[in-house]
Amino acid sequence: MLRLPRLRYLRPRSVAEASEMAASNPGSMFIAGGTDLVPNLKRRQFDVSTLISLNALPNGTAVVGDAKRGLEIRAGATLDELAPHPALDGPYRALAQACGLVSTPQVRVMGTLGGNLLVDPRCNYYNQTYSWRKAVGFCMKKDGQICLVARSSPRCWAVSSSDSAPVAVALNAQVTLHGVEGTRTIPAASLYKDDGIDYTTKRRDEVITAMHLPAVSGRMTSAYWKLRRRPSFDFPILGVAIAITWDEGVVRHARGALGAVGSHPVDITPYLAPLTGARPGEDLIVGVAEAADKPSRPLDNTDLSHYWRKRMTKVYIERALREACGLPPLEGRLSAQVKAGAS
Amino acid sequence: MSIPERVAVRLRVNGEEAALMVPPYKTLLEVLREDMGLTGTKHGCELGECSTCGVLVDGKPYLSCLSMPLDLEGREILTVEGMSADGRSHPLQIAFAELGAAQCGYCTPAMLLTAKALLDTDPHPSRDAIMEALAGVLCRCTGYLKIFEAVELAASRDGITAR
Amino acid sequence: MTQPTEELSIIGKSLIKPDAFSKVSGQTKFADDLALPRMIYGRLLRSPHPHARILHVDTARAKAHPGVLAVLSGDDLPIKFGILPVSQDEEALAGEKVRYVGDPIAAVAATDEWVADEALDLIDVQFQPLPALMSIEEAINSEGEPIHAKGNVHKTVALEFGDTDEAMRAAAHVREDTVFFEGNTHLPMEQHAALAQVAADGKLTLWTSSQTPHYVHRALGKVLEMPMSRIRVIATPNGGGFGGKSDIFSHELVAAKLALVTGRPVKITLTREEVFYAHRGRHPVLMKVKTGFLKDGRITAMQFQSFLDGGGYGSYGVASTYYTGALQATTYAIPRYRFEGVRLFTNKPPCGPKRGHGTPQPRFALETHLDKVAEELGIDPVELRRRNLPKADSRTVNWLRITSIGLGECINKVVEGSGFLTRRTSMPKGRGLGFAVSSYLSGAGTAIYWNEMPHSEVQLKLDRNGGVSLLCGAIDIGQGSDHILAAIVAEVLGVSLQDIQLTTADTDLTPIDLGSYSSRVTFMAGNAAKAAAEKVRDRLFAVAAKALQCDADDLIARDHRIARRGRPADGMDFAQAVQLAEAQGGGVTGTGSYTPPKLAGPYKGSGVGPSPAYSYSAAVVEVDCDRKTGEVRVPEVWIAHDIGRSINPMLVVGQVEGSVYMALGEALMEEQAFRLGLHKFPSLLEYKSPTALETPIMHTYLVETIDREGPFGAKEAGQGPLLPVIPAVANAIYNALGVRIDEVPITPEKVLKAMHDKTKRVGPKSVPAFEFPPLIKADVPDEWKGK
Ligand SMILES: Cc1cc2nc3c(=O)[nH]c(=O)nc-3n(C[C@H](O)[C@H](O)[C@H](O)COP(=O)(O)OP(=O)(O)OC[C@H]3O[C@@H](n4cnc5c(N)ncnc54)[C@H](O)[C@@H]3O)c2cc1C
Ligand code: SF4
Ligand code: FES
Ligand code: FES
Repeated sequence: MLRLPRLRYLRPRSVAEASEMAASNPGSMFIAGGTDLVPNLKRRQFDVSTLISLNALPNGTAVVGDAKRGLEIRAGATLDELAPHPALDGPYRALAQACGLVSTPQVRVMGTLGGNLLVDPRCNYYNQTYSWRKAVGFCMKKDGQICLVARSSPRCWAVSSSDSAPVAVALNAQVTLHGVEGTRTIPAASLYKDDGIDYTTKRRDEVITAMHLPAVSGRMTSAYWKLRRRPSFDFPILGVAIAITWDEGVVRHARGALGAVGSHPVDITPYLAPLTGARPGEDLIVGVAEAADKPSRPLDNTDLSHYWRKRMTKVYIERALREACGLPPLEGRLSAQVKAGAS
Repeated sequence: MSIPERVAVRLRVNGEEAALMVPPYKTLLEVLREDMGLTGTKHGCELGECSTCGVLVDGKPYLSCLSMPLDLEGREILTVEGMSADGRSHPLQIAFAELGAAQCGYCTPAMLLTAKALLDTDPHPSRDAIMEALAGVLCRCTGYLKIFEAVELAASRDGITAR
Repeated sequence: MTQPTEELSIIGKSLIKPDAFSKVSGQTKFADDLALPRMIYGRLLRSPHPHARILHVDTARAKAHPGVLAVLSGDDLPIKFGILPVSQDEEALAGEKVRYVGDPIAAVAATDEWVADEALDLIDVQFQPLPALMSIEEAINSEGEPIHAKGNVHKTVALEFGDTDEAMRAAAHVREDTVFFEGNTHLPMEQHAALAQVAADGKLTLWTSSQTPHYVHRALGKVLEMPMSRIRVIATPNGGGFGGKSDIFSHELVAAKLALVTGRPVKITLTREEVFYAHRGRHPVLMKVKTGFLKDGRITAMQFQSFLDGGGYGSYGVASTYYTGALQATTYAIPRYRFEGVRLFTNKPPCGPKRGHGTPQPRFALETHLDKVAEELGIDPVELRRRNLPKADSRTVNWLRITSIGLGECINKVVEGSGFLTRRTSMPKGRGLGFAVSSYLSGAGTAIYWNEMPHSEVQLKLDRNGGVSLLCGAIDIGQGSDHILAAIVAEVLGVSLQDIQLTTADTDLTPIDLGSYSSRVTFMAGNAAKAAAEKVRDRLFAVAAKALQCDADDLIARDHRIARRGRPADGMDFAQAVQLAEAQGGGVTGTGSYTPPKLAGPYKGSGVGPSPAYSYSAAVVEVDCDRKTGEVRVPEVWIAHDIGRSINPMLVVGQVEGSVYMALGEALMEEQAFRLGLHKFPSLLEYKSPTALETPIMHTYLVETIDREGPFGAKEAGQGPLLPVIPAVANAIYNALGVRIDEVPITPEKVLKAMHDKTKRVGPKSVPAFEFPPLIKADVPDEWKGK
């Protein structure tokens, strides 16, 4: 049986205590649902001697606010609370979709939004047991020197594999962090760094306490499309998040981000600019999608080939845009997107 | 600070309190199987990738291989051993037996508990809802159909909640 | 004598199987659920190299680690073993060489798994890496050090039945295809585990999740150099097997040795990753099939070549090689047949038997090939099959004896059920229907160790209250074998299932059964159970007849009574009859056994393929394809299976549905992929296996042919229904998109590639140059002479 390394388990009662514990224990990490961290630890992907549980912190309401005022979502809210949440039914629907498309019902019951935002970037040379990694020759992300995907690369290309991260970027969300040096609120996009190892600007002692979704003036639509092999269990091998604000049927602004095609959520907002001021029809959407896949640079370190994933980027941008624009889905029933099986 | 060999944990499993001394780094799966003798909870990966280790915590399906016992103090843990009450099998257990929904029986404890969590919130689920609810538990034997049918059979019978 | 169906009270009914409640209550004890006082844990150190010489193993640091009780290396277990007598090429711990990443080298026993893992890291091994051979082509063309001393060619077969070249020349139409079937693995949900204990008197007991305790028993005796009478092997219920637990595994031998060395009970449970290394799964096979036809679609001759990628060791590979060529002719009437096969060693985990052992690959080749031929000849694919059906009570050109055959009816069921012929030409965009058929063995007709002894034995002991204790070496792996045995005995004795107490798969207690593999248990152990029950019944009838003053022939056993036919009041309770018999002649016991008829044909290599009966299946699969992504979904499947007779229809349907499920996984996603010499993703997350959400609507039709040699007419169900589904998927994709994916698994990238390629095909272009040995020209049975 795969087991955790020997470690201490601390249970702070307040956020302040949690941050202090982290600051005073060098080899420590926070644990929320544990669904990302525990498997990674069992594979010895981190050297950790202490886990600081966020599960004894005071429990607030999962979501407060509405689209008019903006939403505040507690970082400890679980994915299965958020996926069906009525507050996420309207303009922020992409977030509910992303939460509902994560892995399995079990993982969604246990996994939290905070943990989801911070999923350790993945790579199929790295999310492997200690003995497998030892056999292949450790890579720079843990215990080694080089990158096995791109051998001459000075950096790690592990893949940002969170479903909520691209949505947070597309929705222009903000994140509140609490650390020993105080509290700060930053745009979701700046939570991330384009690096497979050092992937977040969050400091070690900082606890994410909440995510904020900005107030919406007028109409907003959003959509999240996830590519993966099976309609359950699997991490995204491509995610497309789109958010569009409208003025009477005309696009005021369109934002978008891609997941799982780089080490951070990739902002494609500039590529969506042609939509602004338009009433998007099929052709415009196809045109925009054609160009917007440019920053998608999948590498050969996830399921299926990177050529195919690159090709799928256009297809999925188109499909997500269609949904956000209220156009009917195209032919073909995507096994991964349409969840319940038999027709 | 050194790593303690064992810590005290109080767990409520199948309606009974248990006071245990276990290493703090043992997951619920290990504690149930190795320290409490509740081997009805199985395991297929210990990494969250199969849900064979599924139990219910406060009525919701949890992966025991990823759950930390210290965080579960005061919660209600249900394993397959706790599904039957007063010597009577749960209607889901009966339906699984009647329809041959347990072939090798290895995924069965997790399937049963996951189905129970569904029926406890949605006593008459659609086929789609059943598929969705069970999508996290892998079975290599049955092709799942008999399992869906067994859940439907149990749901169609009265007294689900009474038992 | 076969009883008429209406007289049966248990056979043919969908009753609850005897182990069902213990399974749904979580009480069933699988191997890893066992724990003994003072038990310690074993772990294996596995090779990090695909191919290397071991220069030195230093265990000193590991031995000194606190909590470690023993460390073993190759020198401690030097005797070689293997499942087949002809392939004794494995070591429990590799001594000189490692042949795949995961090959065990050393082992530790420690007080807990944390300590054991730490100790593994303290074992120093010096290797001299050798070039890794990771494919069929590399194994054939390599000029470096071969994987085994004798070379990289493990086994070749070259057989010809009649002059195929001549028949090919005479054909009106000839087609040749080259296809590839990637390897995949069983993936039972239960990870293998073994627990060994040595009693104070030195006797060794091993509990293991094995499908073949008898062979594990033999290997333990050999490798540990202990008399088999001093070893007891108990197979625990398998949490899924599918063939993956039918070999002898290093951890079983090592757990036993560690228990002997330490005097403590030792448990080794493989991690999921290690299960991928243990493997013995589906061989990757590259195939070339060439067939000649008359204008009307009848086959004149077939030439079949297969190249098997065997992995690092022999395992069942010799049999697997023959199986890739054996069953072509049980499915179709082929007048002239040539088969050439070669199995290569490569530096991957060894391949072996997985559900359908060696036959899904050629089935895929053959059924997609026929689909193409049908189109070329302008005959619909169903009609093409119908024109080539073999006959009941016949011999194939390669001497396989067919008893019953329900293939024609299977075809009718699925074709009608799905509306195949009419719907196929009018499917909406992206949708398609595909069709294929197959046949499979009901148990191998020859044993692994050639001998004259039975393949299955059953003992019964009756108690004075009418209870029946049934002992048999067979192990339930989820297929329901416990039920089959109990149902047959209960039926013959006229008692209920609850009266039967089963003891299975314990080499101290139960008589021999060769194991739960090759779809043999229902047929063979079932026949043995029937024979045992009939013996006991005859004895009871004799005493009852005397007491009732009637003819024994006039009695029937039913509803716990032995009474005169048609006059139930005129009889006695079953228990009373047992008491009477016991009073008159002592304990009421009975033994039955089954030895298959001698079926091998008059040529070398005829031992693989014969079976006392063949099952038949036909399938129609519907696919729904996304033309932009290449993704394929299967919304609906129609499958018919000739089961001979269903002992329990519910269990049969369960086997059929499970087979369809596994086939869809193999067709669309499952594969053993390797990179840098390693298994690319030995995990449940990245080795893709279908989830509940991918479950199609399945229509299952059971066809009964009441085989004259099967117990109550039964044939197999566990493997055959997998076979037609995989090619039916490929054929459906062609129907939907006009592309041919001649390679399994059919991933979205392959589909998309084919759609954008001008050949509209993805698949191998040729087979490597390889010189097969001269053909052994076998005689053809009389019925094929001059045809
Ligand atoms: C089989 C499997 C499939 C999965 N599939 C998906 C998928 O499809 N999509 C997906 O997005 N994820 C997937 N995951 C990953 C994971 O389950 C989810 O991302 C989940 O939401 C993580 O939340 P958690 O609370 O369990 O995080 P944890 O595992 O507890 O933590 C993850 C990381 O975040 C840190 N952290 C957690 N909360 C906070 C906080 N409040 N403040 C600061 N740091 C924090 C932890 O220190 C850790 O580094 C999968 C996991 C498994 C095992
Ligand atoms: S991208 Fe390279 S460095 Fe990063 S985890 Fe993968 S192999 Fe290691
Ligand atoms: S054992 Fe596989 S998910 Fe827990
Ligand atoms: S019944 Fe065997 S895995 Fe589900």
